[in-house]
Amino acid sequence: MKIVVLWTDWVVLLVLLGTLAYGWKVMRQPHLAVTWRKAFNTATGTSAATVLAVFLVIGLLDSLHYRPAIAGKADAYATETRSVLDDILHQQQTGRERSYSAPLAYQGYEKEATVIDGQATRAYLRLQHGGAHLDQPEQQWAADVLLRTLAGVGLGLLVAAAATALAVLLLARKRRQGLGVAWRSLRRGQVGFPLRAVLLTLTVLAVLAGVMAMLATAYHVLGTDRVGNDLLYVVLKSIRTALVIGTMSTLVTMPIAVGLGICAGYLRGWVDEAIQYVYTVINSIPYVLLIAAVVLILMVFIDNHPDLFPTSAERTDARLFFLCIILGMTSWTELCRLIRGEVIKLREAEYIQAAQAFGVGTWRILLVHLLPNVMHLILISMVINFSGLVLAEAVLSYVGIGVDPSMQSFGTLINTARLELSREPTIWWTLATAFTFMFSLVLSANLFSDAIRDAFDPRATHK
Amino acid sequence: MMTYLVRRTLYSILVLAGINLVTFFLFFSVNTPDDMARLQLGGKRVAQEAVERWKAERGYDQPLYFNAQAAGVGKLTQTVFFESSAKLLRLDFGKTNENRNMGWELGNRIGPTLALAIPILLISVTLSIILGLGLVFYRHTVLDTWGVVVLVGLMSTSSLFFIIMGQYLFAKLMVITPVSGFSPPPGMFKFLLLPVLVSVIAHLGPDTRLYRTLFLEELGKDYVRTARAKGVSEWAVLGRHVLRNSLIPIITSIGLLLPALLAGSILLETFFGIPGLGTFAVDGITSQDFSIVRAMVFFGSFLYVITYLLTDFAYAWSDPRVRLK
Repeated sequence: MKIVVLWTDWVVLLVLLGTLAYGWKVMRQPHLAVTWRKAFNTATGTSAATVLAVFLVIGLLDSLHYRPAIAGKADAYATETRSVLDDILHQQQTGRERSYSAPLAYQGYEKEATVIDGQATRAYLRLQHGGAHLDQPEQQWAADVLLRTLAGVGLGLLVAAAATALAVLLLARKRRQGLGVAWRSLRRGQVGFPLRAVLLTLTVLAVLAGVMAMLATAYHVLGTDRVGNDLLYVVLKSIRTALVIGTMSTLVTMPIAVGLGICAGYLRGWVDEAIQYVYTVINSIPYVLLIAAVVLILMVFIDNHPDLFPTSAERTDARLFFLCIILGMTSWTELCRLIRGEVIKLREAEYIQAAQAFGVGTWRILLVHLLPNVMHLILISMVINFSGLVLAEAVLSYVGIGVDPSMQSFGTLINTARLELSREPTIWWTLATAFTFMFSLVLSANLFSDAIRDAFDPRATHK
Repeated sequence: MMTYLVRRTLYSILVLAGINLVTFFLFFSVNTPDDMARLQLGGKRVAQEAVERWKAERGYDQPLYFNAQAAGVGKLTQTVFFESSAKLLRLDFGKTNENRNMGWELGNRIGPTLALAIPILLISVTLSIILGLGLVFYRHTVLDTWGVVVLVGLMSTSSLFFIIMGQYLFAKLMVITPVSGFSPPPGMFKFLLLPVLVSVIAHLGPDTRLYRTLFLEELGKDYVRTARAKGVSEWAVLGRHVLRNSLIPIITSIGLLLPALLAGSILLETFFGIPGLGTFAVDGITSQDFSIVRAMVFFGSFLYVITYLLTDFAYAWSDPRVRLK
């Protein structure tokens, strides 16, 4: 086995480490801890964060890439780059059908040419994997699906009950109360932290996941697409693309935005004029066209320099990486403007004036005194941009200037779904799947960003 | 007032020059004119003469930024950069790779784009302001809470879903409007109905929510309390005082909406088959025609800059504090 770290994997890992480091810092600084506690104090905010965390875990599992060793040979590795998520969903990835099949189906969606009793005819054929364990599907199917669903619900409830028990146990230990007292205060929501909402969200998620998992062992839970790929697999793979675009786009250009914004606001004069001019220029180019231009240029560049990108995974990944950079370029200006405005206000503050009077150097003032005080703007802009970027990816991929067509993403998924709706009979499950997953991701991101903004934006507190 | 407007106009011209530099750098530095020629003429097995001929036809056979062989000012003017920028700033876009006149194409295509964008802008801004005022009127009630829930739901739905479901429901199931297509003015209405409707719904979520927040912020101010103390009715407070004082942020948001509409036109036009600027850009992308994409980037930026200029003028008109500065 050979571990492969793609460009975007590096960024994902860096983001993870950065978040952990930030979390550690928050724990140690009381004023930050108070604000963060405020962000997690609303039931909607924490529930949204819980859902987001589940998406994050899936995305993270999909970011650990490796190339499996070829059996029997030393130092030889398969050309295919796999992720840990691929291993978990191995059955879904390999259990490919011939073409479309509806969710939970045991036979194909369209009649296929076949030979029955020596006669060529067209009939609905059994699927190769979905419901293949049933002998008489007509009679057994309903009972089998029901049984598996119930088992899944049971499993989910079991996991949720275990989580609740753990929460009660920890609560009781922390407060030095009896288990019964802790359980009652948890049930009434008197914990000081919306633990009840988190546990409820977890229960819903666990039940859904349980049902999916139980059904997925024998069926295609969400159906299959045109070439017979399991949609559950495709949509779970799309999550990483959405997450990478949503976070990375803001991150890669953040140093520029923050650096220029602080310099412009603090130094004023010609530096300010020049920086303002630069972001006005970039802001004046319609972002879709700018992205289109860059992606077009990039495609030609990749075609002309095949030696730089040896495997197709690396090509696809490079395109995703540059898409993030250019998407970041378009949100960059907004953050830069915000930080400049804030710094203009801050430079008149007493502690900056005091620092100047003490003869602290300009660089030190910029880094030590100003940077930590605009951090909240960076955070707010990151969470607010996230959902917009996820939505933008879908649109761009539709127009053909988004991620590589071979990369699973919500955009490519919707793109195929559009043509399927106009088929007769209608193939609705691709669109429904893409819609459900994308909607829950973007909705929870929106709700979470509202909670963050309410906690960190000083203007929002009085409402 | 006049000096303010003149200053803004001059600054816009400077910005246009900057945009020109950025787009030129993007298009000519990453891939050389040789790469472009090979791409257009097809593959790697193109004779060098053909490449040279292609470059000469377009004036790309000169150095990019600096011509050391020319004399005097020619060092700077006899370059690809100067030649093509001078043309662009005169709004002469040259020809597409298929030898169609770009200016003629743009002139033909701006009509449908505006016919789509203007109704969307008017309807969605009016509707969002009315709904925002309505939610604020019923603030702290169940109506307000559920209104916000619906708005957040709308915000979280990709505009692609609105388009796809709109086409499916109205055009396929109910057969009220055509799925896509376009015809010149007398028959235009039925083709524009669905895209306008879809786009208004897609803009409703974020816009109404923004206006609601703006109005709520404005409501907390002292002059509102004074107006109420005078006995002004709630609707009059909202319609006359709050709305007028929120004009500046509303203009800002409209100024931001206009570019979004131009960008959205790419999506709407390709989905609904409307022969506007958006489809032209997408054609350029799919046929990998650099000259179309470059012209579109510059033309789009040109429209943006004009929009920002109009926004500045609107600030000056609506707020004496800006006008008299």
